[in-house]
Amino acid sequence: MKLLTHNMLTSKCMKGVTVGYPLGINVSDVRVSEVDFNPEFVAKIIPKLDWPVLYNAAESIGQLEDLPKEVIDNFENDREFLKKVHHVLLEVDIINGELICPETGRKFPINNGIPNMLLNEDEI
Amino acid sequence: MCKSWKTYLLWFAQEHVEFRYAEIESLLSLFKIDMRYLEQPKNEPFWIVQFSSENDIKLLASRSVSLRNCLELWCHAKSIPQLHDKLKCFPRNLMEQHFKSNRSFKIEVETFCKHFTQAEKINKIEAFRAVSLTNPDVIFQYIEYYGTEANNPPELPYEVASGLRQLIKKISLKTRKFIGNTSMDPQLSLLMANQARIKDGAIVLDPFVGTGSLLVAAAQFGGFVLGTDIDYLMLHGRTKPSRIKQKVRDKNESIRSNMQQYNLEHRYLDVLVNDFAVPFWRDDIQFDAIITDPPYGIREATERVGTIKENYTVEEKHLSTHVPAKIEYGISNIYRDLLRFSAKHLKNRRPNEDYNENCLPSHPCLKLVANCEQGLSKVTSRRLLTFEKINHPTDEELRMTHNGIMDFREKYFIVREETRKERRTKEARIREENRLKYGKNQDK
Ligand SMILES: C[S@@+](CC[C@H](N)C(=O)[O-])C[C@H]1O[C@@H](n2cnc3c(N)ncnc32)[C@H](O)[C@@H]1O
Repeated sequence: MKLLTHNMLTSKCMKGVTVGYPLGINVSDVRVSEVDFNPEFVAKIIPKLDWPVLYNAAESIGQLEDLPKEVIDNFENDREFLKKVHHVLLEVDIINGELICPETGRKFPINNGIPNMLLNEDEI
Repeated sequence: MCKSWKTYLLWFAQEHVEFRYAEIESLLSLFKIDMRYLEQPKNEPFWIVQFSSENDIKLLASRSVSLRNCLELWCHAKSIPQLHDKLKCFPRNLMEQHFKSNRSFKIEVETFCKHFTQAEKINKIEAFRAVSLTNPDVIFQYIEYYGTEANNPPELPYEVASGLRQLIKKISLKTRKFIGNTSMDPQLSLLMANQARIKDGAIVLDPFVGTGSLLVAAAQFGGFVLGTDIDYLMLHGRTKPSRIKQKVRDKNESIRSNMQQYNLEHRYLDVLVNDFAVPFWRDDIQFDAIITDPPYGIREATERVGTIKENYTVEEKHLSTHVPAKIEYGISNIYRDLLRFSAKHLKNRRPNEDYNENCLPSHPCLKLVANCEQGLSKVTSRRLLTFEKINHPTDEELRMTHNGIMDFREKYFIVREETRKERRTKEARIREENRLKYGKNQDK
């Protein structure tokens, strides 16, 4: 699972959960692989990201490298910055680990890169 | 501005005929291409249309799946002598640009719904007194069409571009690594992706993703793809193989491995095991497109997680191995949820669009028979509305005051105010950029 996807998920749909965001992350296996860099795509995505959530998620799994704490001004034209964002969003892949609901502590296992968000019948 | 229009023949594959018009219309709108129909398209494999630039037609062909090829149409006629006569009258200068002395060419004879032997084909060519080579720069096609109705026109066109028919073969299910018994046919997948007008960099979701055929098509056209499915074994490639000869699935069969196979891995985002009835997407997430093929309960169950037992809880000791129970997720509920979800999570492609048929002036006694738009500026247009009286009003109807129409002046100035503000901020930004860029040098 990529951090871009993590940025988009909440466990709000669970019974008794009101915000459910951001989900915590535990990792046991992260794979970093090179992915073709598409600066236009990254630039388009940045305004839609919840930046602090991305920053904290990257930090919590030890993949922060030198990502700035805030989005810089005029980021569209800063190739270096876009490259860093590209790296955390698309090149870092959580292969095994778990996502954690911040309110109930419910764990969602990630196996082979695929998070299992299936709830039990008493959780919905 | 006066454009010069040229006539072209669009030749379609005679397959999925129903999708053809919708695909072409979607692509014309995606690329903002102007195309004129010289005749209303029917279910025939040939359309005669006009474009004002050859680039437009190339762009269209670069994305179309239903198109076989496009030809510049020089003439067409119902009989061969007529065709020869017409061709003789075709302006030389338009033809000659393709007959430069250093360019080779060949003539192809094509037929539709009839077969010619090689000798017959050569005779047809000889009739034009032309030469054919094996490796030409320019291809001329001569087509005899015996289509659904007899008596249709043979054509003599010059080939401009061909469509994406080869892509259908490239992503064929026969050679695809991971497939299942509900994998969507590649041609339909591509047509669906085109109808969703997927652009480079679009974020695309398939909430009932299965083996991800639709994601392959979406990624092929530049989409960054996400999928969800309730079936854990499916996403992990552990369901029973659907190929007759295959006993067990390979270790790494998955949607991701399909993307790798087609060199599209950089457009693969993620797939999640998730029941669509309880989605995990943040409320404000917007997808550029949602394309899907939801279950209809015949090949696969229409189910969601749930139980009919009241106050049921999973016991602590069973938690780690518990498989959630399912209840029926009726088709009508699936569609209701899908439309609601889409209304909420789709990006609005036409912000500020405040026109819809319902906001036109209307009266129960007047039937709208025509509605034609004339563009005035980027943000405004006016319409000619033609009404026909169909009933005489009752007293009550005469007194009716219904009017949901916002004052045009009011709207007009709101939009202008916005654009003026946008322009001012943009100018300020450019000034600031210039200051940063050149300011330092000036300081020296
Ligand atoms: C018709 S298949 C989709 C096939 C897919 N287009 C492909 O190419 O493989 C429908 C899929 O919906 C999934 N499904 C059924 N109920 C679901 C639910 N409640 N939530 C999410 N997915 C569900 C099934 O597991 C199945 O894979």
